[in-house]
Amino acid sequence: MPTYTDMTRCDGCGECVDICPSDIMHIDPVYRRSYNIEPNFCWECYSCVKACPQNAIDVRGYADFAPLGHKVRVLREPEKGVISWKIRYRDGRIKEFAFPIRTTPWGSIKAAGEYEKPDAAAFGTQMLAHEPTALHIDALPTLEQKTIPAKQAKA
Amino acid sequence: MARRTRFVDSDILVIGGGFGGCGAAYESRYWGRDLNIVLVEKANVERSGAVAQGLSAINCYMGMQWSENQPEDFVRYTRGDLMGLVREDLVYDIARHVDSTVHKFEEWGLPILKNPQTGRYLREGKWQIMIHGESYKPIVAEAARKSATTVYNRIMVTHLLMDTVQPNRVAGAVGFNVRNGDFYVFRAKAVIVGAGGGSHIYRPRSVGEGMGRTWYAPWSTASAYGLLIPTGATMTQMENRIVLARFKDGYGPVGAWFLLLKSHATNAAGEFYEKDRYPEIKGRVGHYVDIQPMPTCLRNHAMIEEIKAGKGPIYMHTQHVLDTPEKEELGWEDFLDMTIGQAVVWAAQNIDPKEKPSELITSEPYVMGSHATCSGAWASGPEDCAPSDYQWGYNRMTTVQGLFGAGDTIGGSAHKFSAGSFTEGRIAAKAAVRYVQDMKSNTPRIDEGYIEELKQTVYKPMENYRIGRNEIVAGTVAPAYITPLHGLQRLEKIMDEYVGGYSMFYVTSENLLNRGLELLQTLTEDFENVGADSLHQLQRAWELKHRIVTAEAVARHTLFRKETRWPGYYYRADCPKLDDADWHVFTGSKYDARTGEWEMSKLPVHHIVA
Repeated sequence: MPTYTDMTRCDGCGECVDICPSDIMHIDPVYRRSYNIEPNFCWECYSCVKACPQNAIDVRGYADFAPLGHKVRVLREPEKGVISWKIRYRDGRIKEFAFPIRTTPWGSIKAAGEYEKPDAAAFGTQMLAHEPTALHIDALPTLEQKTIPAKQAKA
Repeated sequence: MARRTRFVDSDILVIGGGFGGCGAAYESRYWGRDLNIVLVEKANVERSGAVAQGLSAINCYMGMQWSENQPEDFVRYTRGDLMGLVREDLVYDIARHVDSTVHKFEEWGLPILKNPQTGRYLREGKWQIMIHGESYKPIVAEAARKSATTVYNRIMVTHLLMDTVQPNRVAGAVGFNVRNGDFYVFRAKAVIVGAGGGSHIYRPRSVGEGMGRTWYAPWSTASAYGLLIPTGATMTQMENRIVLARFKDGYGPVGAWFLLLKSHATNAAGEFYEKDRYPEIKGRVGHYVDIQPMPTCLRNHAMIEEIKAGKGPIYMHTQHVLDTPEKEELGWEDFLDMTIGQAVVWAAQNIDPKEKPSELITSEPYVMGSHATCSGAWASGPEDCAPSDYQWGYNRMTTVQGLFGAGDTIGGSAHKFSAGSFTEGRIAAKAAVRYVQDMKSNTPRIDEGYIEELKQTVYKPMENYRIGRNEIVAGTVAPAYITPLHGLQRLEKIMDEYVGGYSMFYVTSENLLNRGLELLQTLTEDFENVGADSLHQLQRAWELKHRIVTAEAVARHTLFRKETRWPGYYYRADCPKLDDADWHVFTGSKYDARTGEWEMSKLPVHHIVA
């Protein structure tokens, strides 16, 4: 469902331009507000909607199968770790939901290089980073080495 | 127009910041502490790739800590689902590592639903666990961003660079910044391609403004294959393109509804059509029909036949299963976490799933290596369990020296999904670190003339437009160029009508394929005349190129495989049955960029798990 920008709310900050995976949110050179330059390549992923500090971007269902009058609104609050949805039906019914999005503070993930350097012996094995500990089993499973003849398929 | 050229040197270049690329960046740093690791992404790694919008489940998790499944079980499952043909070594390798990936995701902060009775992860199905996955991508991106030396966002990689001394060795990649137009030359000792599979290869069911409403992200533009094929890398299973059964128009996922909520689908008369069609399917595919669960493509087949017989619409009976507030929340979150558009369709069409059923239908086809399908590059397998002819060096290295892949890029191993793609990125990265260390000071060489030639090629669509537009007053109708959208729509129409798209009920044949290939050839020629009026359209032009190259591979593989291996994904009307005697093999292709010739081959299938 393609996005559109409410021009009384948008202040042209460009957060949506920065985040859009499809590169279709652009700043209009005349009005200095964002808009969707290519609705037919929008995937209603809501990345721009969630990122907009002004709540200026909304989504309207694709014209080829969605009747007018509906809304699916979202409020993403990363610092609270919660996302809230409000769905308004064409006939006026409302449904509301809220879901957790993260259990740790943003920015708290350790880079791979911050862990103790693995030794050369580990480098020579099939083990990946943090294994076998992170597997929660004693050892990495292996298939017993079988000699498989290099049978050529019929050409 | 003069464009600046920027050179970026690295030890390991990771192309694509989706789950495969993020896994590669993380693991490269873990083993290669002193290496220069560069991650380059077409969009913004924070929200890019197929999981940009979020995901409601992790579809590849063994649960070895609770003895729920073993890697061998997963090999048997994927082999059955793909009608006997998977690279069992690659599938096994992902399965044995994937649990450690998922446990790290949870440690990083991904909320995973728990079963209150057992305390274990809440299973959606045998292989799937439920997550609160709206922020899945930003969480994983944080780990990758911190681990890479540098992340370049908004760079469209157009070509891989080859070594000028050793023709079969990769040397890096080139592309351009879609914001300022700078030309980028990434020189690298090893390259890991984690780019996306292909949406919009086939005409979507949606039309007009709606054409972006596809099942797979429209920004997944087949670069996984469009970058690799011109290097001469051997590709496999490109005919295994996938068709999905989904909620109509919204493309909402059906997995949680079938598996977790125990909903069921019937035809319009309320009949359970799958079992009624058992004898006919048995006649086509023999014993494969008895595999439990029934292979994905065969379930599609039953639905397609039902619709052809006029027994549709097919309905998912959501109204029978949402009897508690918890279940209603689960059902909605399944969409809101990953396919928000389905919620929009319900709101717009006044469908409350507690009261009314919803239509299901099969999608247009997609070309992927990470879902219930396994198109992609032929890759070297793990040293400890790959048969000798599946092994020519480093794990996940393609047949091009120093060129590794992950996720959609690697063929023959299906059912990776998000966690498996990240895991494959990790596997490829550890091997790439070893490759870089073995290469020591043996750095690939690239001469200036080659770079200059590629630069001219990359910006040519803008040059075409600059010259061609003087012939007309305004508009898109020009005699000398076509727009990227024109080219894309022509591609979709060719693939739909000749290579088994939805409007043909996925049927093709030798004659149709040969005619399709003729038309693809003229489209390839016309690509030289694509006109781009902006950097954004230049990006669309190169996305189109990657899709055209991929489409040709799909057509050639489908022509070569003279059987219908996966009814429900496609049908060779002239070879309607599965033919294990001649075709219990992988298809392979190798493209020669100098001559334009394709060399097709059969590659052996080894069963290493009983």
